[in-house]
Amino acid sequence: MEKYVCDVCDYVYDPAVGDPDTGIAPGTSFEDLPDDWTCPVCGVTKDDFQVQK
Amino acid sequence: MAKQITNKVSWVGKIDWELTKFHGDELSTMHGSSYNAYLIQDEKTALIDTVWQPYDKEFVARLKKTIDLKKIDYIVMNHNEIDHSGALVELMREIPGTPIYCTKKGESIIRGHYHPQDWNFVNVKTGDTLNLGQNTLTFIEAPMLHWPDTMFSYLSGENILFSNDAFGQHFATESLYNDTVKQDDLMWEAQKYYANIINPFSMMVSRKVKELIGMNLTIKMICPSHGIIWKDNPKQIIDKYIDWCNEYKENQITIIYDTMWQSTRKMGEAIADGIQEVDKDVTVKLFNASQIDKNDILTEIFQSKAILVGSPTINNGYSYAIAGILEMARGIKYKGKKAAAFGSYGWNGDAPKMITAHLQEAGFEIVNDGIKKQWVPDVKDLDDCTEYGKEFAKATK
Repeated sequence: MEKYVCDVCDYVYDPAVGDPDTGIAPGTSFEDLPDDWTCPVCGVTKDDFQVQK
Repeated sequence: MAKQITNKVSWVGKIDWELTKFHGDELSTMHGSSYNAYLIQDEKTALIDTVWQPYDKEFVARLKKTIDLKKIDYIVMNHNEIDHSGALVELMREIPGTPIYCTKKGESIIRGHYHPQDWNFVNVKTGDTLNLGQNTLTFIEAPMLHWPDTMFSYLSGENILFSNDAFGQHFATESLYNDTVKQDDLMWEAQKYYANIINPFSMMVSRKVKELIGMNLTIKMICPSHGIIWKDNPKQIIDKYIDWCNEYKENQITIIYDTMWQSTRKMGEAIADGIQEVDKDVTVKLFNASQIDKNDILTEIFQSKAILVGSPTINNGYSYAIAGILEMARGIKYKGKKAAAFGSYGWNGDAPKMITAHLQEAGFEIVNDGIKKQWVPDVKDLDDCTEYGKEFAKATK
């Protein structure tokens, strides 16, 4: 599963870690995050993320 | 007037002894502030940051007394909020072609603020350097510390880290350095700055501090964009940030309440009695949210391992002052803290339930359903509150 980087703040979503603070379990792919999930650091939506190169 | 820091570096900012509020009314600044700009005069000359917009003309006028503006080869903008970029328009009127070094996001923020037609931007990334002669600036991107555009600039040779808002404090002083001011006042303001501004980005602080330590830089001084320069043992503020970014708490329980006819206040004080009876070591503090400064209260929350939030039920909800504190606490994202609610009521007694829901949403671990009492609490009601305080103390010990 690919990591995704936030365009605004450079936060990296790592599927292996998930986002425990919002109940996203480790092993959740970026695609499977809910549509209303937001960047835990700067608050933008999934549209502002890109695959980490 | 410029203040010489080293042979080659001068402070050329603005000390603002009058400032009492910042970010509109979002942040109180009880010790004033400063907008720090720095001038490096090596074989080449670089200006780092400017000052808040209301002081733009006096900034440029004073800078002219220090240097012929045409001799400024580079402008480095570490962060472009108006308190740092506010004098750019006035400055660029004088030296329009001077290159502005900033991150790509910095350029877009400057463009969004001042809509320049023809300024010369140079976008920099982590690891990019700018040689000034005997000294070299190295840029380190630090996004969300505390805006997307933020970067640090490190001056090798002089070994100075220009950290912009990170490690800053709203603290006015004419004497510049950390060892020349009252330490309690300074550390309170440094912590208040972290607790109110930096805390939402603790995850980024943790990453960036690790990166800085990994770079093995010699840091003789940290020059932030507000407040004092960390000259005596600059590592102390980095160590503090390591503590603060990691679910910081002290052995403190803070009771924040509002009261209409003193009933909720009496409940809070009875709860405090119970807490202290069970736990002699814990620091218990009470603050009336409509009387005490909101940002000081938020700093006390930051220091606490647990909080109790009390409000009378008014119009089937909770009070204006409590709503403000709860909303700020939600945005600031305190972590690893426990909480519960209490309050007096007349008919509908939903305030504690609603506060509890808000505390949960804000990331606090809820200890229990809270406690409410109808009308004016009598002796038995207050004994219940004291018992409640004892249970709360045990649950948070």
